[in-house]
Amino acid sequence: MFRKIALSAVSVLVLSGGAALSEGAKQHIEDVAFAHEGPFGKFDQFQLQRGLQVFTEGCSGCHGLKFVPIRTLSDAGGPGLPEDQVRAYAKNYFVIDKETGEEREASPTDNFPANAGAGAPDLSLMAKSRAGFHGPYGTGINQLFRGMGGPEYLVSLLTGYTGEVKEEFGATLYANTAFPGGWIAMSPPLEDGQVTYADGHANSTHHMAEDVASFLVWAAEPNMMARKNAGFVSVIFLLILSTLLYLTNKQIWAGIKGKKHA
Amino acid sequence: MAGIPHDHYEPKTSGQRWLHSRLPIVGLMYDTIMAPTPRNLNWMWIWGIVLTFCLALQIVTGIVLAMHYTPNVDMAFASVEHIMRNVNGGHMLRYLHQNGASLFFFAVYLHIFRGLYYGSYKAPREVTWIIGMLIYVAMMATAFMGYVLPWGQMSFWGATVITGLFGAIPGIGEPIQTLLLGGPAVDNATLNRFFSLHYLLPFVIAALVAVHIWAFHTTGNNNPTGVEVRRGSKEEAERDTLPFWPYFVIKDLFALAVILVVFFAIVGFMPNYLGHPDNYIEANPLVTPAHIVPEWYFLPFYAILRAFTADVWVVIAAEWVSFGIIDAKFFGVLAFFASVLIIGFAPWLDTSSVRSGRYRPMFKMWFALLCIDFVVLMWCGAMPAEEPYATISLIASAYWFGYFLIILPLLGLIEKPLAQPATIEEDFNAHYGPKSHPAE
Amino acid sequence: MSHADDHAGTGEGTRRNFLYYATAGAGVVATGAAVWPLVNQMNPSADTRALASILVDISTVEPGTQLTVKWRGKPVFIRHRTGEEIALAQAQDTEAAGNLPDPVARNANLADETAEATDGNRTIPSPEGEGVGAWIVQMGVCTHLGCVPLGNAGEFGGWFCPCHGSHYDLAGRIRKGPAPRNLPIPPVSWVDGSTIKLG
Repeated sequence: MFRKIALSAVSVLVLSGGAALSEGAKQHIEDVAFAHEGPFGKFDQFQLQRGLQVFTEGCSGCHGLKFVPIRTLSDAGGPGLPEDQVRAYAKNYFVIDKETGEEREASPTDNFPANAGAGAPDLSLMAKSRAGFHGPYGTGINQLFRGMGGPEYLVSLLTGYTGEVKEEFGATLYANTAFPGGWIAMSPPLEDGQVTYADGHANSTHHMAEDVASFLVWAAEPNMMARKNAGFVSVIFLLILSTLLYLTNKQIWAGIKGKKHA
Repeated sequence: MAGIPHDHYEPKTSGQRWLHSRLPIVGLMYDTIMAPTPRNLNWMWIWGIVLTFCLALQIVTGIVLAMHYTPNVDMAFASVEHIMRNVNGGHMLRYLHQNGASLFFFAVYLHIFRGLYYGSYKAPREVTWIIGMLIYVAMMATAFMGYVLPWGQMSFWGATVITGLFGAIPGIGEPIQTLLLGGPAVDNATLNRFFSLHYLLPFVIAALVAVHIWAFHTTGNNNPTGVEVRRGSKEEAERDTLPFWPYFVIKDLFALAVILVVFFAIVGFMPNYLGHPDNYIEANPLVTPAHIVPEWYFLPFYAILRAFTADVWVVIAAEWVSFGIIDAKFFGVLAFFASVLIIGFAPWLDTSSVRSGRYRPMFKMWFALLCIDFVVLMWCGAMPAEEPYATISLIASAYWFGYFLIILPLLGLIEKPLAQPATIEEDFNAHYGPKSHPAE
Repeated sequence: MSHADDHAGTGEGTRRNFLYYATAGAGVVATGAAVWPLVNQMNPSADTRALASILVDISTVEPGTQLTVKWRGKPVFIRHRTGEEIALAQAQDTEAAGNLPDPVARNANLADETAEATDGNRTIPSPEGEGVGAWIVQMGVCTHLGCVPLGNAGEFGGWFCPCHGSHYDLAGRIRKGPAPRNLPIPPVSWVDGSTIKLG
């Protein structure tokens, strides 16, 4: 009986993960082994720095990052850039001063500016607001083992342009194997060799896509490492507490079990 | 407790007597914690402590989150990101609160299904059962409103769909919906009042929990055999029961610790697994998400809501009988509320004189089907409202109602139950008596 | 509970007690670990802490003008004094010596808390190319009851608080009126020729 209940309980946990899109809309999403994945995963600091560069040169023209404070670029666990570099970098952006209402250069204490001029969505949470993996058949098992697939979706999107273009109602659409519906309004933002990395790292479209996806995961979840650490400490401590409680429980009941009278 | 003979608190010192004659609070706490509890309770009786922990967790993390959250449509989403990024430990507090709701419902479903299997709803525990259902409904309202607060796409559109249900009530529906929303559509007025009520209801739940405990302390707990504790004398009662402290407090805490291992693993390593990515997109009243899906714990009832479309024969019949007043949308709403409320009627629908499912072989099979049905409905609720899911939802919904309205009443009349143990002591010794374990 | 005491006093008793203490202890640690984050979340958040220190670009502040910036929620007056104002301030030094309502400098940048309130002790070191005492940086909060004083006002050429009539001179010292103390000088330092750091 309890096995049935336990089975139902487990299936609850698994099935509920499939709350996202059930029909994949023929999306093709490749699985990428990111450095941050898994309980022991950590952000690759240099990948985050490369991703920042790709974002700055290839994306920030149209996309904002309005929930990310610029000072977090120097935080530990992230791109970890030195503070004076971050200060200089901030000056590339312009924000409206809250007190004077005038435009001024951004400082590290400001957030990246919003940027919706081109109708492009803000990227602060893009890695968390898209699911790359679904099902199978709505059971949520894929996501249990491979993660939500947000960054994988981003990589597949950036590398999924087929080259086909069409005009529809005055808008230009580009064929993309990862975008739901198959046609995206964004023109291919990356091409091979577009960004030159200072350390000479490979800069094919696929590499740049992985780097910027990784950066966007950090942008969406800058506290991921702190969370995983807290998870570890809690789990280990609770395992110890469970063991102690198990032994205490056994000890307390020892006098009761195996006796004829109370 | 009132019925089971047992020793009560006696104030010992003069200080204790002074307080006891003015306010017997120590006595109340002592008698509650030392309540005689059937000694044969199994691991399906631990969910109460898990639920209490969850309520405390949600209230504490909720109060703390409310120190940083802003319930205004222009600032709500940003304030949640402020919590996630800037507030010290804010990300953990948010994920604990978000996943705490899931743990709360996971525990409550196991708690309710335990009650359904072991006949905990049967006399004399009907009032405990009714209060439990009130707690459950309050939990659903609280969770629904809480989900709206981050003001993501699912927050907004989920609110739109569910408040729209009230609009389906013929005649008075639209004024009620407008009253709930504070306007023609979900907007700032709605968000602000949902925040206020989301803060209020958990304390209502806490009060209901106190009454719930009072009720089952009055009748005494049920136990896996369904056989009542002997009340002839204190000695007999002592052979069937053990004081709650320390035996069941420690047992419950052990179970809670194990469950928290899994809970913290989820919060630490996959906190967004049970959620929906679309809620990380700011609410946009002009763009509807591809699939509006509630949180997993509402999915079974969501499936029932959507199952009754205009082409279903029972809907067509209802429409004809009511001269068109009950249309498909309203039927779905009625089915939705009925599917929750029907659980509350179990004490009067179940005709069996045997309490526990352990001794009801036919019942066991139908109950197992109910559990599977619940999971199937949950899965259907996440799927789009198309075939084959629509038909499966309909069959599954039919079984849900059929179990309560047809099977429970019939089973009591036609079933041949197994022999039950004479006493709890007998059942406990059969598992743990001197024959199965050598004396320590 | 009576059965659990059956073996009290023996080795088993102490082992049992140790187990109970260990479990209770672990429970206390768990509770403490849970309470700390609940309290710490009330401490200033990362964005507030980031604003504990700000950089101010003062390259556009002409002599004779003042820039007011908000730092830690309060106004800070950054005044670029002209040659005449500096001369006047130093004259006020001599004239007021020994007669100041508040003789202490109130400058957070000085190691000695009791330093005298001379003009030199209240101005910041000048950048290259400028004479001594060209810049004065002080909190724009009247030390009486917290109003924001007006610049270029009052009998002493400095600041005047309209709320209850306190007069501050060109070095921000209280000279007349109900305010008890000179306008305090916050921690301030030069980052480069055109930028100062507050805090």
